[in-house]
Amino acid sequence: MSRTALESRRAFAEGTVTATELVETCLNTIERHDAKLNVFLTVADEQARRQAADLDRRRDAKEPLGPLAGVCVAVKDLISTRDIRTTCGSRILEKYTPVFDATVIDRLKQADAIVVGKTNLDEFGMGSSNENSAYGRVANPWDLDRVTGGSSGGAAAVVAADFVPLSLGTDTGGSIRQPAAFCGVVGLKPTYGSVSRYGMVAYASSLEQIGPMARTAADCRAALDVLAGHDDKDSTCSRTPLKDSSWNQSLKGLRVGWVEEHWTDGISEGIAAALRSTREWLEGQGATFVPVSLPHARYGIAAYYLLASSEASSNLARFDGAHYGLRANVKAEGRSGNGLEQMYSQSREAGLGPEVKRRILLGTFALSAGYAEAFYGKASRVRRAIQQDFLEAFQDVDVILGPTTPTEPFRAGEKVDDPLAMYLADVFTVLANLAGLPAISFPVGFTEHPLPLGAQLIGRPFEDRALLDIVERFQDDTDWHLRRPSSLNS
Amino acid sequence: MVDYELIVGLEVHVQLNTQTKLFCGCSTLFGQDPNTATCPVCLGHPGALPVLNEEAIRLAVVTGLALNGSIPPVTRWDRKNYFYPDLPKGYQISQLDHPVVGGGYLDLPAAEGQEPRRIRLTRAHLEEDAGKSLHDETSGTGDSRIDLNRAGTPLLEIVSEPDLRSAAEAKQYLSELKLLLEHLQVSDCNMEQGSLRVDANVNLHVMVDGERVATPIVEIKNLNSFRAVERALEYESQRQLAAFLADGKRIGQVPKQTRGWDDAAQITRVQREKEESADYRYFPDPDLVPIQLAADWVESLRARMSHRPAEIRQRLAGDLGLSDYDAGVLVAMGPACIAYFEQAIAAGGDAKRVSNWLQQDITRSASELGVTLDQFPVPPAVLGELVARIGAGEFTTAQGKDLFQHLLSQGGSVGEAAEAIGIEAVDESALDELCQQLIAAHPQVVDDIRGGKAQAVGAMIGAARKIDRNADPGKVRARLLELIQST
Repeated sequence: MSRTALESRRAFAEGTVTATELVETCLNTIERHDAKLNVFLTVADEQARRQAADLDRRRDAKEPLGPLAGVCVAVKDLISTRDIRTTCGSRILEKYTPVFDATVIDRLKQADAIVVGKTNLDEFGMGSSNENSAYGRVANPWDLDRVTGGSSGGAAAVVAADFVPLSLGTDTGGSIRQPAAFCGVVGLKPTYGSVSRYGMVAYASSLEQIGPMARTAADCRAALDVLAGHDDKDSTCSRTPLKDSSWNQSLKGLRVGWVEEHWTDGISEGIAAALRSTREWLEGQGATFVPVSLPHARYGIAAYYLLASSEASSNLARFDGAHYGLRANVKAEGRSGNGLEQMYSQSREAGLGPEVKRRILLGTFALSAGYAEAFYGKASRVRRAIQQDFLEAFQDVDVILGPTTPTEPFRAGEKVDDPLAMYLADVFTVLANLAGLPAISFPVGFTEHPLPLGAQLIGRPFEDRALLDIVERFQDDTDWHLRRPSSLNS
Repeated sequence: MVDYELIVGLEVHVQLNTQTKLFCGCSTLFGQDPNTATCPVCLGHPGALPVLNEEAIRLAVVTGLALNGSIPPVTRWDRKNYFYPDLPKGYQISQLDHPVVGGGYLDLPAAEGQEPRRIRLTRAHLEEDAGKSLHDETSGTGDSRIDLNRAGTPLLEIVSEPDLRSAAEAKQYLSELKLLLEHLQVSDCNMEQGSLRVDANVNLHVMVDGERVATPIVEIKNLNSFRAVERALEYESQRQLAAFLADGKRIGQVPKQTRGWDDAAQITRVQREKEESADYRYFPDPDLVPIQLAADWVESLRARMSHRPAEIRQRLAGDLGLSDYDAGVLVAMGPACIAYFEQAIAAGGDAKRVSNWLQQDITRSASELGVTLDQFPVPPAVLGELVARIGAGEFTTAQGKDLFQHLLSQGGSVGEAAEAIGIEAVDESALDELCQQLIAAHPQVVDDIRGGKAQAVGAMIGAARKIDRNADPGKVRARLLELIQST
C-alpha cells in the first residue's frame, strides 16, 4: 500500500524519501499500469521531474516547504494547466494548451504539490460513466469491465489504483462523488463558492466546484485547506471562510438527517445494507437519526438537466473553431458566402461528441424564445424550492446521510444507449449542486464481487470540514478505505 | 401632399471612459497594435472568468442620474448568445431586465421661437463591446481578420422612447447627449474612434382619410456621425413614405427590417429581416453576481450633477452674467473649456472678457498649436490675471494681445512678460495726474467739449503722447471726458 498524501509529505519532509523518488515511483506506476485503465490523457513527466528536483534542492537547503510538499497530484483534464495540454476529454481541444494556470493549480504549486498529469473524463464533464470521453473510457480498477462513473472517472480511478494519493476532480451534478463511490475513494464537492472556479473549463457555472479525491478524509482536508479561499479572479468565489467543525473529537450529539425516499427508491440491496451498517456505526458513536423531508427532491434531475444544459449551451459556444482548438478545413468566405456558418458547424460537428451535442441542443431549446419560461424559468424555481427544502431540513439536523448512487458500478456499455437511465445515476448527487451545499462520498462497504459501495453526507453551507471530520472518525474505526483492488497485480 | 410625421427612437452606444475593460484589466486605449490589449478573459479562453470593473458602474450611475433616470437597488448581468468571430465567448455580457438605469429624460434647449422639448428615455444598460472584424474586400482572398483589442470595452446603451420627430431633432438630441456625457467626463464621445455609435428605429405616422397610420418600423445601423444620422433619417423618411404610398403596408404587416447606412452611397440598404434574426437566448450570467447599488452611494454621486450642461449654462448666464448665447457657446466647447473658464475667473478675470478671450484668441491659438485647452500653454490663472489687469486699465487691449502672444510662446507670468517686451503697466494715479495736467493746459478744448464737441478731445491726446509715450490713447480719452464732463 503506497503512502497517503499526508504520509508522503511527512516522509519527504523528514528525509525518508526524496521528491524525485516519489515522482519516479508515480511515473513508473503510470508507465506500467495505465494501459489497462486509460487514466492519463497527458503525463507531465518533464514538469514533474523538474519540480521534484527543485523541491529536493529546497529541502536540502532547509528552505520552508508547503503543506503538500512532495505530494503527487493528478488533475482532471477540465482544469487549465499552463504549458500542459488541457483537452477536456474533447476532440475540439485535442491540441489546446492553456497560457495560464487555474487558481487551484496556482495554489497546489504554492503548496509544493507536484502535478504529474491530466486525467481522463467525460467530455467537458458531461457524463456519469466516463464513456463519453473522446479518448476512450477509463476502466474501473475493481473490475476492468465496469465503469468508473463520471465525469471525474480518471481522477477517481487514479487514486483507487494507487497511482497517486490525491487528485482534483470537478463536480457539476455528482462528477466527483459518483465516481468516488464507484471506485471506493473519498470525494468532496465543496460548498459552492468556497473554491475558485477560475481556470476550470465551464460546463454549468452555477452548479460546479473543484474538489479533492483521495483514499482518506484527512488527505481531502489537507487538500481543501490549500484549495479553498476567496479568489479575486472568480466573482462567485465567496469571502466567507469555511467553518471550523465541532465533530473533530466525538460524534456525540450529531443529528443525522435521513430522507426516507432515498433509502427505498430503487437502490440496490448492497447499498441499502451498507448504509444500514453505517447508520448503526454512527448511532454507536452517539449520533441520532432524524427523518427529514425534501419534498421537491424528485424534480431534482429534471431541473438539473435543464439548468446545466442551458448553461452548457452558452458556455460551450466559444468552441467554434474561430480562435483556438479544432477548426474544420473550410475556406471561410467573409461576410458574403456561407463559409463562416460552414466553418462553425463543421468544426463543432467534428470536434464535439454526441452527449455534448445532445446537451447543447437541449439547453439551446430550453433557453429559446417562447420556451425559456417553461423550461429554464421553471427549473430555476425548482432549484430555489430545493434550496428551501434543505434550509428547513437543516434546522433539525447537522448533516444528511444517504446513498451516493442507486447502484454499484455498472458494466461498460450497459447504459450508453439509454441517456435517461444514465442521467438517473446522478439522482442523489445533483441535489447538493442545485442547493450549493457541500457533499462527500466515502466508501462504506463492498459487494461480494468485490465492488465498492459509497455513502453520501450533505452538510450546511461552508460546513465542509464537518463532513470531513465525520468521515475521518469513520475511517479511524473501519477499514473499507484500506482495501485495494487486485486487477493491476498481474 | 401627404401629411405625415417622422417617428424616431435612438439607441446610443457610448464607450465609457474607463482605464480598463469591463471585465478584465486590459487597457482600453485606442490605437494599440491589433490583439495586444488582450488577456485570457477578453479572448474568451476556456476557464477564464469575468470580474466587474466597478468604475464602469459608477460612470453608468452618474449618467443615469444626469439623465433623470431611476437607479435600482440591484442590477444584474445577462448573456446574449450569438455566434460571430469578433465575439470570442459566443455570447455578449449585457443586461436584459435589470438594467443599471431605468427611465429618465433629456431636455433639449429651446431654439429661437420654439418650445423646449423633453425626450423620454426607456433605459440605459451596460454591456461589453465586441472586437473588430476587418474583411479584406480588395485582395479577393476573402480573408477576414479579427482585432480583439476592443472586445470587452464597457459600453452604455442609452435607449430613447420614440419621441423624436425630425432628423434635425434627432441630431439636436445627440448633440445635447454628447455634451452631457463629455461634461460629466463619462465618455470622450470620439465618434471617429467609435466611442459613440448610434442605431435608429424609424417609422412614419401617415394621415390617411383623417386616420393616423403607423408604417413598419425599420432599424438603421452603422450611423457613425451626426451627419450620417441626419442624412439617414432624411433618406429613410422619404424611402418609407414612397414605400407606403406604393404598397400601403402598415406596422405589424411585415417583419421588422434592419437596414445599414451606406455613407458612400448615402442610402440605407437591407441587412436582414427580423425573421432571420437570431434568438439571443438571454439568461442570467452565472459567472457574475448581482450588483447592489447602495442608496447613499448613489446619492453621493449627485454632486456630479453640477457638471450637467444645463446647470453650467445656468451658472454662466445666471450667476456670472454671460449672455445665454455666450454660455451656450462655452458649454458647447466642452468640459476643458469650462474648467479653463472657471479657473480664469477665479484668478480675477471678468467673466465676459474671459469668455471673449476663450471664444477668440484662445480657440484660435489652441487650434493653431493643435492642443486641447487642458494642455494650453497659457495657464488659466495667468490668463485670468492678464484679463483682470487689462480690465483695471493697467494694460491696453493692444498690449494685452502682445502679452498674450508672448505668454503663448515663452510662458511665464504676466509680470515677466510685461518686463520682457518692455511694457510698463500704467498706474491709474499717473493717468489722473496726466489728465489734470492736460486739462489745465488746454482750457479752450475743455470748453469745446463741454459745449458738445467731444471730438475736440483729440488734440489733448496728441499732447498726452508727447508727455508719456506709454499712455494708452483710449484710456486717456475716456478719463479726460470723464473728468471734464463731471465738473
